Amino acid sequence: MELKRFFLKANNDLETADGKGIERKIVCRKCHKHIAVSQIRDNYFVCPECGYYFRVRARRRILMLTDRRSFIETDREMSSRNILGFPEYDDKLRAAMEKSRETEGVICGEGMIDGHRICIFSMDSDFMMGSMGYVVGEKITRLFEYASVRHLPVLGITVSGGARMQEGMISLMQMSKVSAAVKRHSDGGNLYIVLLTNPTTGGVDASFAMLGDITLAEPGARVGFAGPRVIEKSLGRSLPKDFQKAERVLECGFIDAVVPRRDQKEYIAKLLKMHER
Amino acid sequence: MNGYIKKAIKTNEDYSVVLGARSDGRLTTSDYINAVVSDFTEFHGDRYYGDDKAVIAGIGYLKGMPVTVIGIEKGKNTEDRIYRNFGSAHPEGYRKALRLMKQAEKFSRPVLCFVDTAGAFCGIDAEERGQGRAIADNLAEMSALGTPVISVVIGEGGSGGALALCHADRLWMIEDAYFSVVSPESCANILWKDTGRADEAAKALCLTAPKLMNLGLIDRICKKGDLAGLADSLSEEFKSLNEMSKEELLEARYMRFRKAGYR
Repeated sequence: MELKRFFLKANNDLETADGKGIERKIVCRKCHKHIAVSQIRDNYFVCPECGYYFRVRARRRILMLTDRRSFIETDREMSSRNILGFPEYDDKLRAAMEKSRETEGVICGEGMIDGHRICIFSMDSDFMMGSMGYVVGEKITRLFEYASVRHLPVLGITVSGGARMQEGMISLMQMSKVSAAVKRHSDGGNLYIVLLTNPTTGGVDASFAMLGDITLAEPGARVGFAGPRVIEKSLGRSLPKDFQKAERVLECGFIDAVVPRRDQKEYIAKLLKMHER
Repeated sequence: MNGYIKKAIKTNEDYSVVLGARSDGRLTTSDYINAVVSDFTEFHGDRYYGDDKAVIAGIGYLKGMPVTVIGIEKGKNTEDRIYRNFGSAHPEGYRKALRLMKQAEKFSRPVLCFVDTAGAFCGIDAEERGQGRAIADNLAEMSALGTPVISVVIGEGGSGGALALCHADRLWMIEDAYFSVVSPESCANILWKDTGRADEAAKALCLTAPKLMNLGLIDRICKKGDLAGLADSLSEEFKSLNEMSKEELLEARYMRFRKAGYR
């Protein structure tokens, strides 16, 4: 069912299109209308016709939220190895690097949002579905440690299918590692804002995605621990339509606000201002 | 590496370990509690929603030392298993566990956890009551819990649902238990669309106690069936952990997970 939609590839053409390609039209996945790429880009990658949220990749997210040229990336060179010798993992890593043109599934660094200094991690859906392996856990942990020492707030933009199976228990233990770093950052009186994007599931949902002081989400984002297919199978019937959708999760009490994409920067800047010291 | 570990790594029996860990007639959490802890007094409820029967929690004596004991119980027979929800906890189970850990911290009691679960329960209710948040909270709060914690995986260590009770100073496993990020069947299904290749997946996932020991992710492999020996080692280990100051203990616990998988 939904899962097929869930793992739809990010529309790279959409992001990389510039100059000549910009007047090209693409078909919206939801309303199936032909819409000019430039129009979608100007509308924060949201379909101007039906409001469908196109997937935005990690680097673009940072660009959309931070002040121009303020972002400095950290640990960019870190990349994964096949620690367990898991079959086909080397090939998958190589393919993910080629496809995403990133070295791993998360981008970390420091930047400014409306003049406020902040550490940011942004997960990439195009790198093995944002799955968390050793390097993803390590980069995020380092970011929290860096932010703790400097008393900086952290903004986490999450998108993930969960822990990366190919790294076995090492990937599972990243949940513990990052959670401990978040806790230290929090106990130091520092702010952590989470922006949940579609989808944030599994081990990421059950660790740092759910540990924010303030938890925001994009409209319609799937947020949950277990995969819908697993639950459907054990229930033997289909799930309610709004199940694990950000709006429903807010009703259940686990999200502070669902913030439309065009308002996110302003919203986060406002929060940062209120927490300034 | 001792001879036992070497031998177990050589023989390719990983999937049979998984099946063995799920089989009937194994010792469950209540057997361990009965054998290791005296005067066990069970407490109930998470104070927010309800009482999860998959999680047994309470206090007792470990060789004369007051301890808080928390474990995931699968049940002994069909009726009991239904009552225990087959050892799959809801959020309130993890919250009950956390409540008792906080209580243990208050009264300076060490915490002993027994882990045996195929995973946290997957259902609409569990999701809507915050399964992810409950697990995340346990990980974060246990990392700063100012009292020693030892967790023993006695059978199945199923992903995040097991990990939620494993943010400990010492993580031990019974020699024929397993601990995995995903069940071998799901792994084979996701990667190769073929649950029949679960044995290959089990081997690749490095989920047996000897392999995890070799990776430096667990601290000790305990002999199967030697409950008196387990009680002795637990009591000794708690005594040595009790000698550390709270700061030392928390720093060591932080570094234990900080270095997980690093080589």
